[in-house]
Amino acid sequence: MTTFSVFDIAGPVMVGPSSSHTAGAAKLGQFARAIFDSTPTKVHFLLHGSFGEVFKGHATDRALLAGVMKYPPNDPAIKNAFEIAQKQGLHYKFEVGNLGYNVHPNTVLITMDNFKRKVSVMGSSIGGGNVEIIRINDFDIHLTGNSAEQFFTLVVENENLPGMLAKTTSYLGKKKIRIVNMQSSYLAGENKVLSVLSLEQPLNLDEILELEKEEGIIFVRSLLKLTQ
Amino acid sequence: MASSYVFRNGKELLDRCKEHKMPIWEVVLNYEIQLSGKDKDYVFKMLGDRLTVMMEGIAATLDKPEMSPSKMAGKSAPIIQKVLKDWKKWENKLMMNEDAVKAMLGAIATGENNARMGVILAFPTAGAAGVLPGVIFGSRDKLKLTQDQMVKMMLTGAGIGIIVANTATLSGAAGGCQAEIGTATAMGAAALTEVRGGKPETCLHAASLSLKNMLGLVCDPIGGLVEVPCIKRNAFGAMYSFTGSDLALMGIESFVPFDEVVVALRSIGDMMSPKLRETALGGLAVSPTGLKVAKKMGLIQISTNPCSK
Repeated sequence: MTTFSVFDIAGPVMVGPSSSHTAGAAKLGQFARAIFDSTPTKVHFLLHGSFGEVFKGHATDRALLAGVMKYPPNDPAIKNAFEIAQKQGLHYKFEVGNLGYNVHPNTVLITMDNFKRKVSVMGSSIGGGNVEIIRINDFDIHLTGNSAEQFFTLVVENENLPGMLAKTTSYLGKKKIRIVNMQSSYLAGENKVLSVLSLEQPLNLDEILELEKEEGIIFVRSLLKLTQ
Repeated sequence: MASSYVFRNGKELLDRCKEHKMPIWEVVLNYEIQLSGKDKDYVFKMLGDRLTVMMEGIAATLDKPEMSPSKMAGKSAPIIQKVLKDWKKWENKLMMNEDAVKAMLGAIATGENNARMGVILAFPTAGAAGVLPGVIFGSRDKLKLTQDQMVKMMLTGAGIGIIVANTATLSGAAGGCQAEIGTATAMGAAALTEVRGGKPETCLHAASLSLKNMLGLVCDPIGGLVEVPCIKRNAFGAMYSFTGSDLALMGIESFVPFDEVVVALRSIGDMMSPKLRETALGGLAVSPTGLKVAKKMGLIQISTNPCSK
C-alpha cells in the first residue's frame, strides 16, 4: 500500500492549473528524464485518456516538456516550455493515442532519443500531483514517485542467466548499500530481465561502470532522488 | 503497537487520538515525523511556507486581477472584494456574514490565480485548491488565528486527505469532483472544527456531513479547463466546510460514519462514466455554452476517444 505523506496532501506547490494534468505531468517528465540519464535531442509523447482529451487547456504538453528539460512542477518556466525547448534544440512531438484499457486515464508514453540511446517510459498521474511509472522500455514495473523521492532508484537490465540478480544484490552488499525494495520484470521475447531497486544510497559513476562490466548485465542507471 | 501513529482510516485515526490522548493535528504531525524522520520544526516550517503560498496567492490575485487565457475566469474575485470594501452597504442585504463572504473570496481568488498559471498549493489537488485557503481566509479574523493554529488546521485537514487517498482517490479523472472538492470540504470541515476546540470524533462528523453532501459530484469542466464550474464550486465547498463544522459543533452527528462515506465515494467513482471524469465529454462541458468555448479556443474537438465508453 502506498503511504501518503502530509506533503502529498498539502502539495505540491505548483504552477497551475491542474495537479494531475500540469504538476503531475511535469513530474512524469522529470522522472522519465532521470531514467533516460542523458540529454535527449528528440522526445515524443503519446497521450492517453484524459491526458489526450484535455492536454491543451491544462498545459499538460508544456508541463511534460518542461519536466523532460528538468524543470520541477513549481517552476514558472513551464509557461514557456516550447520556447525553451526550441532554444535548446530539443525536438518534441505530441500525439493522442490509446495505451490500453487497463491503464490510468492520465497516462503518457514518453520516448526520448539521442545519438547513443533511446528509452521509453510510461507513467500515470494518479491525482494530487502524485505519479507512478508503469513501464520502462517494454518491461512492466510499478515505481511510485513517492518511492523515487524517498530513496535512490537503481535500474538494472540483464540477460536472463542464472545468478544475475545475485550479482547485483551481492555487489550492493559489498558496497554496504541497503536495499529497501526490489522488483523484477521479465521480457519473454528477448529473454531479458529489468530490475528496479530502491536504495538508501546511490551508486557513483565508477560503481555503475564496474557493475555494468559484469557478464550479462546490459545497463545500470542510478537515479538521484526525485525532487519534490 | 503503542507508539505507532499510523492510521489508514477514520477509525484508526480516532484510535490513535485516544491512545496518545492527542488531537488529530498532533497525531498527523507524529505520523509525518515517523514517516519522514524529520522533526516537528521541519514539518511546521514546511507547512508554514505552504500557508504563505496560499495567502500570497490570494493577495496576488486581489492586487492584480487578470483574466485567464480562456477569458472564462478572473472577474469574480474583484467583485467580491468590492462588496467587502462596502460591507456596511451590503451587510443587511446578504444572507451570509462577512466571514463567509471572505471565505468565498479566498476560495475564488485562489482558483482564479490557478487558472492564470500562478503558483498555488494543491491541497489536496489544484482543482480543489481554493477550499482550504477559503476556510482559513474566512475564519482567521473572527477566530483571531495565529500562524501556529493555521498550520495545525493544515495538519488536521491533511489527516482527512490521507484517509481519502488511502481508501478512495483524490483524482477527478478517477473519481469525479467528489474526490477533489468533496475531499477538500471534508478536510476544511475537520480543520475548522478542531481549531474551534472540537473533539476528534466531532471533527470526523463534520467531515462526514460535508462530504456526504458532495457525493456523486461529477467532473465536467468546460473545455477541460479547471475554471468552469471548478472555481466557483470551491467557494461553495468552503461554505460546506462551514456548514458541516457548525452542525457538528452544535452536536449534530453524521448518521453514516466517515469511513463508510469514503467507501461510498469510491464506489460512486467506479460507477461514474468516464465521460464525467475530467474528460470534458459530458455534463456542462458539452452544454451549448461549453461546446462554444471549446470550439472558440481550438481545444481538442469533442470526439470519441477509444478508451471512453
